[in-house]
Amino acid sequence: MSLPKQEITKDLFVHAPLESGKSEELPGTPVTFWSEAWRRLKKNRGAFLGLITIILFSVMALIGPFLTENSYMDQDLALSNLPPKAAGLEWLGFDGSDVNGIDQYAARGINESFWFGTDEFGRDLWTRVWKATQISLFIAIIAALLDLIIGVVYGGISAFYGGRVDNVMQRIIEVLIGIPNLIVIILFILILEPGITSIILAMVITGWVGMARVVRGQILQLKGQEYILAARTLGTSNSKLIWRHLVPNVMGSIIITLMFTIPTAIFFEAFLSFIGLGLQPPLASLGVLIEDGYKSMRFFSYKLIFPAIVISVIMISFNLLGDGLRDALDPKMRK
Amino acid sequence: MSEKEKLIEVKNLKKYFNVGKGKILKAVDDVSFDIYKGETLGLVGESGCGKSTAGRTIIQLYNATSGQVIYDGEDTQVKKSAVDKKSMKKKMQMIYQDPYSSLNPRMTVLEIIAEGIGNHEVQLKSKEKEARVYDLLESVGLNKKHANRYPHEFSGGQCQRIGIARALAVAPEFIIADEPIAALDVSIQAQIVNLLQELQQKKGLTYLFIAHDLSMVKHISDRIAVMYLGGVVELAGSEDLYDNPLHPYTQALLSAIPIPDPKIERTRERIILKGDVPNPMDPPSGCRFRTRCPKAMQICTEIVPEWQEVSSNHFVACHLYKQ
Repeated sequence: MSLPKQEITKDLFVHAPLESGKSEELPGTPVTFWSEAWRRLKKNRGAFLGLITIILFSVMALIGPFLTENSYMDQDLALSNLPPKAAGLEWLGFDGSDVNGIDQYAARGINESFWFGTDEFGRDLWTRVWKATQISLFIAIIAALLDLIIGVVYGGISAFYGGRVDNVMQRIIEVLIGIPNLIVIILFILILEPGITSIILAMVITGWVGMARVVRGQILQLKGQEYILAARTLGTSNSKLIWRHLVPNVMGSIIITLMFTIPTAIFFEAFLSFIGLGLQPPLASLGVLIEDGYKSMRFFSYKLIFPAIVISVIMISFNLLGDGLRDALDPKMRK
Repeated sequence: MSEKEKLIEVKNLKKYFNVGKGKILKAVDDVSFDIYKGETLGLVGESGCGKSTAGRTIIQLYNATSGQVIYDGEDTQVKKSAVDKKSMKKKMQMIYQDPYSSLNPRMTVLEIIAEGIGNHEVQLKSKEKEARVYDLLESVGLNKKHANRYPHEFSGGQCQRIGIARALAVAPEFIIADEPIAALDVSIQAQIVNLLQELQQKKGLTYLFIAHDLSMVKHISDRIAVMYLGGVVELAGSEDLYDNPLHPYTQALLSAIPIPDPKIERTRERIILKGDVPNPMDPPSGCRFRTRCPKAMQICTEIVPEWQEVSSNHFVACHLYKQ
């Protein structure tokens, strides 16, 4: 096996040409990050169910109060403490009979039916529950959005500029975390009049810290990535670096954190209302309704059950959706 | 080579990192070399010896602790107006090691490549920008169809070519290639290196090629600088360095290259260095290499060897060659 020897010289070699032929072709259509995430989310049944429930409850919160002619604040003592009654749902207990089995509607000669019953002032609970859902969701979403804005700006600045700025800003956060937030919130509500604004402010004043930390952590991680360095060597300005490179890449974590902030805010608002620091009547939030219902739980259990179901379902849905979003937006974090 | 024009002069460049508790990491410690116009300077050394830090300091991703980087007669390290800074950024570009993490996953290829063009030519219309991006894509062997795709859809080699196109977008004169082939498999490595060489011929680029693959560096470089623990220990023309390595570290490095001939390979003697690289936070006194040097002498512990030209264009920092 001896081949004729041939001197191998450099000029025998040529560069293999770069073929822009078949091997460079990419299959399918371009897939964006968000369409990919949406596809993954749809596969997750729990999260999808959560999403649908949230949409359903949000829609109900908006249109529910208008489905009956009753207003959430009109009192009529003649209609007080009526059990729930809905035509066609008698077999589910919506038959208008109270704990003693007496049909209150027949006994008092009322022709109207109240789907969720009425409270002790004769206000329609159906209207009040959906109005309360509306207010609770509103408080939670506004609080979460304010958390988001403050948190992203604070965390972003802290991580992006780094060094001494970061050091000082993180110490401030640590001081804020060191103060028990319940005390801050209670003091806040004592100073301000109890109401929607003061509840939101009280929750935001300590709530943004979590978001700020998440954003800071993410940006610190991204800052060392080579595409950020590349953008710097290309002469990209700081603002462009933040808005075009960092924020889109942190968006996933921001949304996930937001999704877990909303149920926490709903719960916290309910808690504040429950201990009497929340909204004042005749305004209703889910916490206020639960507190009212809890007082007369033995005899008029429906007053507690309906708002309790609504708040539970909303909380579970947001948590399911949040979990699903975390898996969809950041497959690496999947547990 | 003195007739050649110097493009970059690196003079006594130092980059120290403060790692806390009063400790200082001397990543690049007193490095000097020149890069001539149109050449490729290879920078080799083992992991953690400060190659990448040196590159990033030259391109001003890091501020140098002291020393100068003179580009075309202009000191890049002094504070400058924003306009000057921008024009300097246009001249120097960088290609990165990891093809995936060097491209923003949320941007299309078009946006990635157009970014540099947009930064430097603000008035350009998007149609013209697109045309420029298509040209660039073609020059790296990709095409129009790839422009609307996202980085994760490409292979490593393709991503690296997109990275090259992005660097070329601002028409730089000097490119630092920071281990551009380390993350790719061998057939793709050749593709990238060939592409870099072609582009160099076409556009008259100057490269600083950082790598740890010695045979690849020899193939692409005109001159090679060898780094050890933050300092350059030897600098020579690539043929000269391979045929006649002077510094014991270079000798050891070169003895590690396998030779594609079984007869020679069997008898080849490898110089195997003892021990590990010392902690750069606490480098040895005198010559940094002395703890592992097979030819260490008494003087090596006491005096830092001088950077001297032993023969023409062959520099070394070692007491063995003291004149």
